[in-house]
Amino acid sequence: MKMKLPAMALSALMIASPVMADLVFPSLSYRTGPYAAGGIPFADGYADYFTMLNARDGGIGGVEARVLECETGYNTEKGVECYESTKGEGALVYQPLSTGITYQLIPKATADGIAIHSMGYGRTSAANGKVFSNVFNYPANYWNGASGAVNYLMSQGDISGKKVALVYHNSAYGKEPIRTLEELSAKHGYDLTLIPVDHPGQEQKSQWLQIRREKPDYVIMYGWGVMNQVAVQEAANIRFNMENFIGIWWSGSENDVLPAGDKANGYKALTFHGVGSDFPVFADIQKHVVDTGSAAGAGDQIGTVLYNRGLYAAMLAAEAVKTAQEIHGVADINPAQMRDGMEALEITEEKMAGLGLPGFGPSFKVSCENHGGPGLVGMTQWDAAAKTWSLVSDFSESDMDVIQPLIDADSMAYAAENKIEAGC
Amino acid sequence: MPEQLVFAMEVFLNGLMAGVLYALVALGFVLIFKASGIFNYAQGVMALFSAMTLVGIMKGQVPFAHVINAIFGTDVHYFGWTVPALLAIILTVAVMVLFAWAVQKYIFRHLVGQEPIILFMATIGLAYFLEGVGDLMWNSEIKKLDVGLPQGINEAIDNYTFNIFDYGFFIDNLDIVATLIAALLVGGLVIFSQYSKEGRAMRAVADDHQAALSVGVSLNFIWIMVWSVAGFVALVAGIMWGTKSGVQFSLSLIALKALPVLMLGGFTSIPGAIVGGLIIGVGEKLFEFAIGPMVGGATENWFAYVLALIFLVFRPQGLFGEKIIERV
Repeated sequence: MKMKLPAMALSALMIASPVMADLVFPSLSYRTGPYAAGGIPFADGYADYFTMLNARDGGIGGVEARVLECETGYNTEKGVECYESTKGEGALVYQPLSTGITYQLIPKATADGIAIHSMGYGRTSAANGKVFSNVFNYPANYWNGASGAVNYLMSQGDISGKKVALVYHNSAYGKEPIRTLEELSAKHGYDLTLIPVDHPGQEQKSQWLQIRREKPDYVIMYGWGVMNQVAVQEAANIRFNMENFIGIWWSGSENDVLPAGDKANGYKALTFHGVGSDFPVFADIQKHVVDTGSAAGAGDQIGTVLYNRGLYAAMLAAEAVKTAQEIHGVADINPAQMRDGMEALEITEEKMAGLGLPGFGPSFKVSCENHGGPGLVGMTQWDAAAKTWSLVSDFSESDMDVIQPLIDADSMAYAAENKIEAGC
Repeated sequence: MPEQLVFAMEVFLNGLMAGVLYALVALGFVLIFKASGIFNYAQGVMALFSAMTLVGIMKGQVPFAHVINAIFGTDVHYFGWTVPALLAIILTVAVMVLFAWAVQKYIFRHLVGQEPIILFMATIGLAYFLEGVGDLMWNSEIKKLDVGLPQGINEAIDNYTFNIFDYGFFIDNLDIVATLIAALLVGGLVIFSQYSKEGRAMRAVADDHQAALSVGVSLNFIWIMVWSVAGFVALVAGIMWGTKSGVQFSLSLIALKALPVLMLGGFTSIPGAIVGGLIIGVGEKLFEFAIGPMVGGATENWFAYVLALIFLVFRPQGLFGEKIIERV
């Protein structure tokens, strides 16, 4: 009887207490391990935006957001464990933050009816919503990035007959742009040289000696982690013109250029979101999050490229929740409703301005057929003296005439392999 | 002279330079293995930790700032001063000596007489511990390391070779400095182990630690000394690699580059580490230059380990390693 009384009291308390509704956003972060320097600002930005919404607006549609952080160390097995341990909490959407984890979660999350948002990474052909019903990769993917780089070069002058070298991480991620760049090479008449770098990329002497010998006009880089810092340093060592060196968005944070100092000046990187902290939303972050001591980190990452990317991911998730709430007429939405919200998401200039993020990202509309948006990408450039990135182009369309057939072919092969009936 | 041969000469020279950098990492492994029979898995992390400590001291960073701020609600990050590179290096060496003392006192003293695999496992634990402590002390940001070493193309070599071959060779000034420092380091270590009392005691311990103990050599002191020297070598490697890429977690992965060097040169030979490093450096660079384009490139890691494996088959103790015959 002694044991039964407390148990009965606890049961009564549980029945009597109202269930606190919340909107759960798991954050598969990597604050430790080899890529922590990139993982920390993203996780901070993601968490801080929801903290601000809770403090300023009382949540989203009156329901509090709850960020459920789980450390992956950028390790695929740990990422899957994180998914399994958090999905039962009512998780609305996963940002796997790793192409490896994304590939593992695609079948699992689809079977569980939970949405995945792999923004600027993951399986590129997931843009085909007819096959990948629960996977979204708006506003841009790796192939948009490759096309965006070529479009930018063409905007600077004729690239027919020019030499373009792709320096890439020798992994599934690094190889992503090859097919697109080859197709674009055939279309626009530039010569493409492929230069792989083995993981982790600490030693790249052979690759940059090759670049020095072959003298490409432009170098495009799909790098990650230490590979980026070493590549920028080696490019500076051989006096490659930084103006003609373009990295994908995972090779374009402060971390990637600061170690090379002044020699990194002029290096460029693709982006699908704004840079810096000159947006009204950051005043709200300061007031409601940093000043109240609620920041996820030390508050020293605000405005950095990867912090902004985390914040942008959180903003897109929050806007999808609002869309879902409107569609279904309920505030406390479930994962299936969240998926519907993501599929009907529309981001306009007016909406971005209203959120305190005017011009921060491209306008786009998601549909059942297109989970990747129009693939609008912009270009940023590093100013070593000011230690700032600046947006040096508009968010421009990528060559969907080339990319769409590639997306269709790859996604339909996946559908055939996994016996998925494509359709909306 | 054919163009390809000129290019190959440039690649060969750069391979030699890269080999020196690999040898720097391998040296730390050799020192500890030779003196205590421990394969120190934590050597790469020691390079990372020492480089982080050096940058932290130079920048006047408050160690454990995040922990202090979280506990006491403060907002301290820097002391407000900077420390000159040379003084910071000396202070970092002192930290590594303290680290060596702590490792000996709290880990290996309690494991005397244990199987080598137990000692190896202990160093794995030490590596993870040190990774975590390094992040807690100095945070996990990528840090620029500038101790005043020159970087970039060497103009004199560029001009000289251009006049001869009509093509200027690229040799990085940092690699030249690394070669000079490695030569000094090896020379110093050889003189120390051959002519100093402590060096002779270290060799005696390496030969037979029980016999050394019986003639009054302090095992404890020798092991602390060896770990300190390995810490110093790790610092030198950390400075060289950290200057290239910034000081970051991936520095700990340079140990992967040392393994084939050790397999090739032998785990117990200081000259073996140097020669092994040079062979791996030159071999992988020339292979990548000649064969890489035919097989899609990125052959360097693969080639280094394949070469080491071939050596293992024909000479398991490596080029200069001691042949150990155990009777059962």
